Amino acid sequence: MAASSGVIERRRFRLPFSPWHLVLIPATIVLIFPFVWLIVTSVETPAEALHFPPVLIPRELHFANYPNALAAAPFGRFFLNSAVVAVTTVLCNLVFCSLAGYAFARLRFLGRGALFAVIMATLMVPFQVTMIPQFIITKWLGVHVLAQVGINHLGALILPNAATAFGIFFLRQFFRTLPVEYEESARVDGASRLKVLWRIVLPLSMPALATLAALTFLDSWNNFLWPLIAITSTNQMTLPLGLATFQGAHATEWTLLMAANVMSLVPMLVIFFAAQRYFIRSVAATGLAGT
Amino acid sequence: MPAARRRPSASEQLTGWAFVTPGAAIIILFGAVPIVWSAVMSLQRNNLLTGKTPYVGLRNYRALVHDPVVAQAVQHTLVYTALFVPGTMVIGLFLAVAMNRKIRFISLYRTAAYATMAISAISEAVVFIWLFDPSYGIVNYFLSLLGIPPQQFLNSPSQALYVIVAMTVWGWTGFAVVIYLAALQGVPQELLDAAAVDGAGRWTAFRRVTLPLLSPASLFLAVWLTINALQLFDEVYLSTQGGPLNATTVLVYYLYEQAFQNFNFGYASAIAYFLFLIILVVTAIQFRVGRRFTYYRS
Repeated sequence: MAASSGVIERRRFRLPFSPWHLVLIPATIVLIFPFVWLIVTSVETPAEALHFPPVLIPRELHFANYPNALAAAPFGRFFLNSAVVAVTTVLCNLVFCSLAGYAFARLRFLGRGALFAVIMATLMVPFQVTMIPQFIITKWLGVHVLAQVGINHLGALILPNAATAFGIFFLRQFFRTLPVEYEESARVDGASRLKVLWRIVLPLSMPALATLAALTFLDSWNNFLWPLIAITSTNQMTLPLGLATFQGAHATEWTLLMAANVMSLVPMLVIFFAAQRYFIRSVAATGLAGT
Repeated sequence: MPAARRRPSASEQLTGWAFVTPGAAIIILFGAVPIVWSAVMSLQRNNLLTGKTPYVGLRNYRALVHDPVVAQAVQHTLVYTALFVPGTMVIGLFLAVAMNRKIRFISLYRTAAYATMAISAISEAVVFIWLFDPSYGIVNYFLSLLGIPPQQFLNSPSQALYVIVAMTVWGWTGFAVVIYLAALQGVPQELLDAAAVDGAGRWTAFRRVTLPLLSPASLFLAVWLTINALQLFDEVYLSTQGGPLNATTVLVYYLYEQAFQNFNFGYASAIAYFLFLIILVVTAIQFRVGRRFTYYRS
C-alpha cells in the first residue's frame, strides 16, 4: 500500500522521514486553521478581536464569552431540539425503512413494483421542487390533524424525514444479499414475518443499519433549509437555525458568535470522532455503492 | 422450495402492505404528491397573499426566461459549480493520495481532513466570514505580510462568489478525501509493482494505473458534488444573502426569496422545475462523457 514498499528500490539517498510529511503538514495546517481561529477568537476580548493586525495569541483566556453567549440565546434549548429531532428521525428511519425494505426485498404483494418505482422516482427530484408543497401540507396537517406535526413544531422537522427513499432502497439492497435459507427455516418453524425480520434479518444487517443511522443523523443535524422554512419561534429552533438567528442579531459581536459556534461544534466533533469509523465507512459505502 | 413460482398468499400480501405502508405513506405524502403539486403550481399565478390561484399556462416559465435576475442566478450557479466541483476533486484526490500510506501521524492527518465533514454550514459560514473580514480578518493580515493591500472579499461584487467557493471547497474536502481513500484501498499493489517492473515511473504508474482505477469514484464525486453545487443555498443565505448587488444570487437562493419572502409560490415552482431540468441535463452530460473515461473492473 505504501509507496515505499514497492519491489524496486530506486533511491539511494533517503530523508530520515517520509517526504510526504512536507506536503501533509502544511495541508493539515490549512485544513484545521479555520477550527483553530474559531477557538482562538472565542477566548479573546472584544477589543482583541476587533484589532488589526489580528491578535494571534490572546493575552489571557477570556472564557466569559461562553456564559455571555449562553445568556444571549437559549443554546441549550437549540441543542436539545436538534438532538430530539435527529435521534427521533434516526429511530423512525431504522424502523420504517427496515419494514419497507424487507417487504420490497422478500415479500410479494400486489402493486409492489409500481410502488417501488414511485418511491425511487422521488429520489431523483431535488428538495427545492418539493419544499413548497411540503410546507403547505405540513401547515395543513398542523391545523387540521395534529398541531405537533405542524409549522413551528419539532414534529414538522421529523415527520417529512421519518422515512426516506434512500433508506428503503439501501436496506432493500442489503437484505437481498443475505442468504434466504435462515429465514425459510424459521418460517417453517412457525415464526411470523415480523419475528423473522427482528430475530434473523436485522441482527445480520447491523453494518447497514449503522450506516443508515450515521448518514441520517448527519443529515438531520445539519439540515438548514427546511427548518428555516418550517420554524419561526425561537424555542422550537434547531441549532443551525438558532445560530443563524443569533448571527443575524449579533453580527459584530464576534467573540460571542465564535463561543456559540464552538459550543455547537464540540458535541458534533465528539460524536463524529467517537463514531468516526462508522461515519467514514458510511460515506465510503455510499460512494462505492454509487460507482 | 420453488417459492418464486407460488402465488403469494393473502397473508403474504397483507403482511407486505402492512410493512410498506408507514414508510410509503410518508414518502408519497411528502415526496411524490409535492412533485405533482408543484408542477401544477408552476402553471398557476399562486401568490399566498391573494388567495386566488388562476391557471396562467406557461406564463411563469416565460417570465422566467425574461427575468434578468434568473439569468444572473444561472450564471452565478454555473460559475460556482465549475469552480467548486473540480477544485474539491483535485484537492481531495491530492490529499487522499498523500494520505494513502503508512507513515507516522497518518491517522492525525486523516482526522484533520475528516473533521471538515462534522462542521455545519452555519459554523463554516461564520468562520469564513470572520477569516475574510475586510477590516479585521486574518486573511487580509496574511496578504499584508505579502505586501498585498486589503481586499473587500464578501463585500465585493467581484470577489464574494470566490470566497463562497473557498468556504465550500474547504467544507467538502473531507468528503472527497474519504471517497478517494476508499477507492485507493481498492487499487491492487501488484498492478503498481508490475508497472514499476515494466519501467514506469511513479507519475506514469499513477496516471496509467491508479487514475483509471479511480475513475468510478471520480465519476461518482463529479455527479454528487455537481448536484449539491447546483443546489447551493445555506452558505449564501448565511454569508451574503445573495449580495452584494446580487453578485452571489444563485438559483436556489432566488427561488427561496420568491417563495418565502415574496410568497410567489407559482413563480418559485417554475424556478424549481427549471433547476430540476438543469440538474438533469448536467448530470446526463456527466454520465455520457464520464462513461467514455470510466473504467470498471467487472
